[in-house]
Amino acid sequence: MSVNGSSLIDRTNGIITLEEIRKYNGYPSEERFSKGPVPIIECIEEIPCNPCETVCNRNLIKVGTPITNCPRLIDPDGECTGCAQCIIICPGLAVFIVDKTFSTREASISLPYEELPLPEEGESIIGIDRTGRAVCEGHIHKVLRNRKFSHTNVVTIVIPKHFADDVRHFQRRDK
Amino acid sequence: MKTELAVIGAGPAGLCAAIEAAKNGVDVTLIDENRTAGGQLFKQIHRFFGSEEHLAGIRGFEIGDMLLEDAEKYGVKVLLDTVVWGLFPDLKLGLSDGKSVTIMEAQKIVVSTGASENSLSFTGWTLPNIMGAGAAQTMVNVQRVLPGEKVLIIGSGNVGLIVAFQLLQAGAEVVAVVEALPEVRGYQVHASKIVRMGIPILTNHTITRAEGDTRVRQAEIAQIDAQFKPLAGSETILDVDLICIAVGLRPLAELCWMAGMEFEYEPQLGGFVPLHDESMQSSIDGIWVAGDVAGIEEASSAMEEGRLAGVAAAVSLDKIERKLGGESMDQARLRLRALRLGPYGDNRQESKERIIQRYYAM
Repeated sequence: MSVNGSSLIDRTNGIITLEEIRKYNGYPSEERFSKGPVPIIECIEEIPCNPCETVCNRNLIKVGTPITNCPRLIDPDGECTGCAQCIIICPGLAVFIVDKTFSTREASISLPYEELPLPEEGESIIGIDRTGRAVCEGHIHKVLRNRKFSHTNVVTIVIPKHFADDVRHFQRRDK
Repeated sequence: MKTELAVIGAGPAGLCAAIEAAKNGVDVTLIDENRTAGGQLFKQIHRFFGSEEHLAGIRGFEIGDMLLEDAEKYGVKVLLDTVVWGLFPDLKLGLSDGKSVTIMEAQKIVVSTGASENSLSFTGWTLPNIMGAGAAQTMVNVQRVLPGEKVLIIGSGNVGLIVAFQLLQAGAEVVAVVEALPEVRGYQVHASKIVRMGIPILTNHTITRAEGDTRVRQAEIAQIDAQFKPLAGSETILDVDLICIAVGLRPLAELCWMAGMEFEYEPQLGGFVPLHDESMQSSIDGIWVAGDVAGIEEASSAMEEGRLAGVAAAVSLDKIERKLGGESMDQARLRLRALRLGPYGDNRQESKERIIQRYYAM
């Protein structure tokens, strides 16, 4: 039985899977990842919502009409500057910026962070995947905060590149 | 006491109705039983969905501030700490400020009284610290009091999922969200963000009893079958000191019943809702309804319904030219239609269409 919408989405546990993201939002190719930071949009339902599209000053995110279309990234050439406005504005906290060019062996993941206290740059962390599972170690690279962001801070973590398609949250060591 | 337009309830719908009417020169009195205006907006610390014209990406309490500013700018008179206890023929309202009772005579009325949370009964459900998720959200985000540190949430609709996240932000541990249906009810993005923060969402599960003394100490949850019967042996005991019930809302429509409005039962809109036309005019001439009282949705739709009612009231008071008012209402209807698109909106759109059809079939 499907309560809402597409019966193709697994709604039994609240976990969004990489397969669902590939299908409804598209997932960048390794070639695209090699060109720099990529916004990963993990928003697989037909919700009437489009601030990610409106906020991108390079017009790289497409929702279009009807407004319930799932957002897609249209950036084959790697024009994304990693400005993080899409991360900040998303009411679903569903946008991440993945940069697999961070270093030879590491990737950075920038994510929305709405908890306090904020982590310190350099602090070591545990990378958490979409299911809530601890999968790797890493550290805090950058904490971006600005009054204009209205309490959504953008935290960039660095993790082994191998986990870049899975890690979407982190846990602090002292917690 | 006399007013051209009385608006009952100063939440998002009532504020928008009052602002639109006042903007067009109507003498508006906005009445609310609470100490402050804004309804539930000030506990909504999350960003709203929608498009730019729906103020998407802006937090509820920030929208509340914007509306209060507009209400002041356009000269809306606000009566706080004032209960409307009766709605009588000839558009008379019974008011009480706790000290004295007065009758207000209005030329037009908008009823925007909102909703109340549904309850759920189970063994031990009357123990202290078993409360509506909305109540816990008010305590945390408005009163700044954390009602418990280990929380169980019953219900996986957007309210349950959002309150789980906000209790976590406030420093509580959320032990689980349980859902009796086989699927998560709310947005996957809301579910996903709490799951990655370590909160399990257990579908096909319910609470079977609560134990405690001066407050709840434990909850027993169990897996259920397709007939919602607990499966023997699947019980789990959880140590919790707060249980939040998030099993839906229902229109707070007592004043509408008292006024003698016609109703229809629409489960998708939370139960019995007053019939209304496309401008939110109820079955009683001169009374409009707007927001959750006219069917449970969310704050963005409530604001648009409020705008419709406010403009319609201004037109009927000859404060705004019919054509100009019509154009403004058409725009509000388009914005409202957009909010009811997609799998989460289709059912509400159909129910609303039935309500309007029934209004004309009266």
